[in-house]
Amino acid sequence: MANRTLEDLQKRYNSFGQKENTPRRGMMGGPGPRRGMQNMSVSKPKGQTGRIIRRLLVYIGAYKYLILLALLFLITASLASSYASYLLRPIVNKIVEDGTPTAAKLAYILSTVLKLLGIYCIAIAAQYLQSKIMLIISNKAVEKLRSDLFVKVQKLPIRFFDNESHGEIMSRFTNDVDNISVMMDQTLTSLVSGTLMLLTTLGLMFYTNWQLSLITVVFTPLFLKGSGFVAKYSRKYYSGQQAALGAVNGYIEESVSGQKVVKVFNHEDICNEEFAMLNDDLRKKQIKAQFYGGIMGPIMGNLGQISYAVTAGVGGVLCLAEGFDIGGLTIFVNYARQFARPINEVAMQMSTVFSALAGAERVFDLLDRDEERDGENAEVLPTLTGNVRLDNVTFGYTKERTILHHISLYAKPGQKIAFVGSTGAGKTTVTNLLNRFYDIDEGEITIDGKNIRDIDLHTLRKNIAMVLQDTHLFTGTIMENIRYGRPDATDEEVVAAAVTASADSFIRRLSDGYNTVITGDGESLSQGQRQLLNIARAAISKAPILILDEATSSVDTRTERHIEHGMSRLMQNRTTFVIAHRLSTVRNADAIMVLEKGEIIERGTHDDLLALGGRYYELYTGKTELD
Amino acid sequence: MKRWMKYIRPYRSAFILGPLCMIVEVLGEVLMPKFYAMIVGNVKLELGGGRGSIAYVVGVAALMVLTALLMMAGGIGGAYFGAKASVNFASDLRMDIYKKIQKFSFANIDRFQTSSLITRLTNDVTQLQNFVNMLLRMFLRTPGMLIGALVMSILISPQLALILAVSIPLLLLLLLFVVKVGFPRFTAMQGKIDALNNTVGENLTNIRVVKSFVREDHEIDKFNVANGDLKEAALAAMNVMIFIQPIMMLIMNLTTLAVIFFGGRMVVLDGFPIEDFTALLTYITQILMSLMMITMLFMVTSRAIASAGRITEVLDEKLDLDDENAKEKDRRVTRGEIEFRHVGFRYYKNSPDEVLSDIDFTIHAGETFGIVGGTGSGKSTLVSLIPRLYDVDGGQVCIDGVDVRDYSLAHLRDGIGMVLQKNLLFCDTVEGNLRWGDETASAEALTAAAEAAQADNFIRTMAGGYAADIERGGANVSGGQKQRLCIARALLKRPKILILDDSTSAVDTATEAKIRETFRTSLKDSTKIIIAQRITSVMDADRILVLDDGKIAGLGTHDELLANCPAYKEICTLQFEGKEEAQNG
Repeated sequence: MANRTLEDLQKRYNSFGQKENTPRRGMMGGPGPRRGMQNMSVSKPKGQTGRIIRRLLVYIGAYKYLILLALLFLITASLASSYASYLLRPIVNKIVEDGTPTAAKLAYILSTVLKLLGIYCIAIAAQYLQSKIMLIISNKAVEKLRSDLFVKVQKLPIRFFDNESHGEIMSRFTNDVDNISVMMDQTLTSLVSGTLMLLTTLGLMFYTNWQLSLITVVFTPLFLKGSGFVAKYSRKYYSGQQAALGAVNGYIEESVSGQKVVKVFNHEDICNEEFAMLNDDLRKKQIKAQFYGGIMGPIMGNLGQISYAVTAGVGGVLCLAEGFDIGGLTIFVNYARQFARPINEVAMQMSTVFSALAGAERVFDLLDRDEERDGENAEVLPTLTGNVRLDNVTFGYTKERTILHHISLYAKPGQKIAFVGSTGAGKTTVTNLLNRFYDIDEGEITIDGKNIRDIDLHTLRKNIAMVLQDTHLFTGTIMENIRYGRPDATDEEVVAAAVTASADSFIRRLSDGYNTVITGDGESLSQGQRQLLNIARAAISKAPILILDEATSSVDTRTERHIEHGMSRLMQNRTTFVIAHRLSTVRNADAIMVLEKGEIIERGTHDDLLALGGRYYELYTGKTELD
Repeated sequence: MKRWMKYIRPYRSAFILGPLCMIVEVLGEVLMPKFYAMIVGNVKLELGGGRGSIAYVVGVAALMVLTALLMMAGGIGGAYFGAKASVNFASDLRMDIYKKIQKFSFANIDRFQTSSLITRLTNDVTQLQNFVNMLLRMFLRTPGMLIGALVMSILISPQLALILAVSIPLLLLLLLFVVKVGFPRFTAMQGKIDALNNTVGENLTNIRVVKSFVREDHEIDKFNVANGDLKEAALAAMNVMIFIQPIMMLIMNLTTLAVIFFGGRMVVLDGFPIEDFTALLTYITQILMSLMMITMLFMVTSRAIASAGRITEVLDEKLDLDDENAKEKDRRVTRGEIEFRHVGFRYYKNSPDEVLSDIDFTIHAGETFGIVGGTGSGKSTLVSLIPRLYDVDGGQVCIDGVDVRDYSLAHLRDGIGMVLQKNLLFCDTVEGNLRWGDETASAEALTAAAEAAQADNFIRTMAGGYAADIERGGANVSGGQKQRLCIARALLKRPKILILDDSTSAVDTATEAKIRETFRTSLKDSTKIIIAQRITSVMDADRILVLDDGKIAGLGTHDELLANCPAYKEICTLQFEGKEEAQNG
């Protein structure tokens, strides 16, 4: 019954997780090839890995002395515990020694135990200080990294958000940064302590008995081979699992978000079937991945046990044949058994390092994206007056498709310009060019005679208030949401703005009035009420230019009539650009632009256009046959 | 527990064999030091002037190698069965949750919110899966090792094992501390992570607002607070672990020292065998290591319990709408006559405010029926009662004279085509999306539906036409195009009842008029219900219902309403005054 095959589903939903893999270099100017999780295991060019590591080091660079201190503690702790483990040898030997008086033996035991106590205390204290320092450093570094990421996101152009899914960006804040955090916190110290332990153990082993050490030396390549072998397989199946998991999660995200549509179309069974296909595929791949991931421990651990057994046997024979001491044998077999551990640990850390580097690459890739830029001669200006001119403006979201062709228009301060036209004619696009959400390809846009590229971006946007087609609110009180339009507005001004937008009456009926907290995207408010709040938010701004993009499309006609007064007060002394389907709302505009397929095909006042008897007339009288 | 048995039973062999394999590994681990002691014992004979046997030593060593190989086999087996059991457990569970959500009513979905449902299906299930894997591989192994090593120590020397009677309770106290202090801190950290995600998510959704009001700095401040909170919470949680680590080490080391000291004395004074002394040292380390491991397991467990709770909430959610008690399950919608009989409805069952009250009217079969009314007057709610997206609280809704609750849900909804106000396209081809309406529709039927919705033209201009891919969330089509595709999708159902809930708001007037025109011809026999803001969208309907604050304010043709419904007249005057002027002038 399900209409799509597994392959088809995977292709579509897996791309949820790796959309950023498709090269868009031409457009975004992102540097170098981007790789997703899938490819992370494949060795990447050395230079690039080096570059990523250097950039990561910048984040902990500020703490370099602290890190040195932590390393010092780490070395102290490692050496102290190695030494402590060695001290067992003289104790055992002394105890079994013949000829030493009992009292001397007891005294020796006591003194060594006290010595050990001191060494242990040093090791523990050093260990504690080291962990504490690294914990603080890694948390601070990660906080900085997240903050940099967020600041960067605020500076990215709207285009970026058009191309990248929210989930994608969010996962950099969580998954990727988390992986980096784990690496900073643990890997660094694990690598150092693992290597140190390996070296001291090896050194002590050779010091204790070089013949026996050779056994370990023979086992070492076996350890390395074993861990390499397992790691290779587990990486292979891991990427298969990640791809399948991506598809399952993508499918869940879409079908659960669209659950209401699913129900209206009785599509539950098909969804169940398609999901079962993806889920079973994940099941198969995950069992393999989990299995190979799970055998690393037992294989490495028990290779250690075998080495322990062989060493014990050969060591025992050496004791019998060559008179090797029991104390030496005891600590030696202990060394032999734990020898696998640091190798294992380093091997395990490598996978953490891989995923952290993959995460870092994605994070840095975002940090390297081109920001919105002011023009070279951009000036910070005081309040503008709102003299807007578009001169021969041509624009397309992509190079291949031009949306607006040679648009020219002029708005004097305080004038009201309306855009009408069919869906997709480019009305919203025009307004998005004014505040430089997008930069134009040809022509020029000036405000007060200045090219908008030469106006500081913040100045420009502070002078343009927008009510957008999609109503967006923030978690917080109604008061805070309206004040978003101008942070220094007083409570009275907020109420006044709400009155202007006719939102005051419904706000007062809410449980806590202006202090009612709205959560999420204001789900508890109706679409129309949300639009009214959006209008209030724009009303509080003192910007001389106002853009109303379908600002009242979900407000019923009666309410719209109510706010008409407010709206005209709002538009007074402001250059206003209005987009509306309901032509009644644009009638009294100073000029109406009829847009069709990205071109202005008619322009003039309401009366002019009616007299013209063209498309506007047809639209207005409902006799329209255009598209 | 009974609930989870369902996911364990089909894989019980893996659930049993996994721990058994791990026991093999544990037994080996406990025996190894004993074997080693046997070697040392033999060597000591030699030192004592007796006859140590090389053959004996080699024999024991061979036994040890064999044991190690068995342990490896056990470990690998444990990994295999653990993976098999935990993955199957999680996959079945995930499927069940998904199926359950498919059965949810709109009210159920509203209660959970989609984002939280998604987290439960993904993160929480993974959390449980890891837990089960760990359970099978660690939970028997660690206590097994603890008990095994404890038994061996007591067998070797009951007196020395007494030292453990001091250190074990101390370690258990630490364990309690982790549970009491550590767990709440980890929960708090999880909360801060959620808060940070919400901040970022909201910022991304609202990025155009942020930019147009130049509030980036404000957003950054807001984020930095959440970010700082998270750092503090993470530090607080990790500090617990860092704090107990040295204490644990200290207890472990003191225990070892005590064993060395007292054990050493016993060797010297009482002739306690040296090999037993070294073996005991190994066992003590094993005991303390497994206790440390148990502390970690506690952390994982508490997190898994939280996830299990969140999953249980979904699985236990009472479906507040089903067709179990439907009396006429075989019935299908044939004519399309809809009656509302004194209908009352509330979204919040304990709130006294009715969204709809005493709604009583009939929509005739084949009629074109308009609904108008102010923001929040209950228009969408009214129509969502027809396909039982919600159930009435009072009165009844009947189709063809039968209560909607007596139809099977599948038959009821098959008979109704509905275009929601908040609509969605899926990641599929254009054709795949339209086929939601009818899997088996012919190519001609498909084109016809698209043409009727005025979508055929622009579909053909897309690269690939009907085979063109719709991007996630319909990102590559405009708002108006999306609405037209959604209408086409509903039309393909050839429903007896078609409901358009403000579904042409982004379509321009001309195109909308064309869509309505095709309804008249191609959907002649279907009942058509149109909710609209624009009077022009409904004025040529057979009858129009005017809703005001959840009550009927008027019902009749355009002309009738103009004559006797003040509310309707007001809306019309507002929308038409311009037009009449135009026509007069």
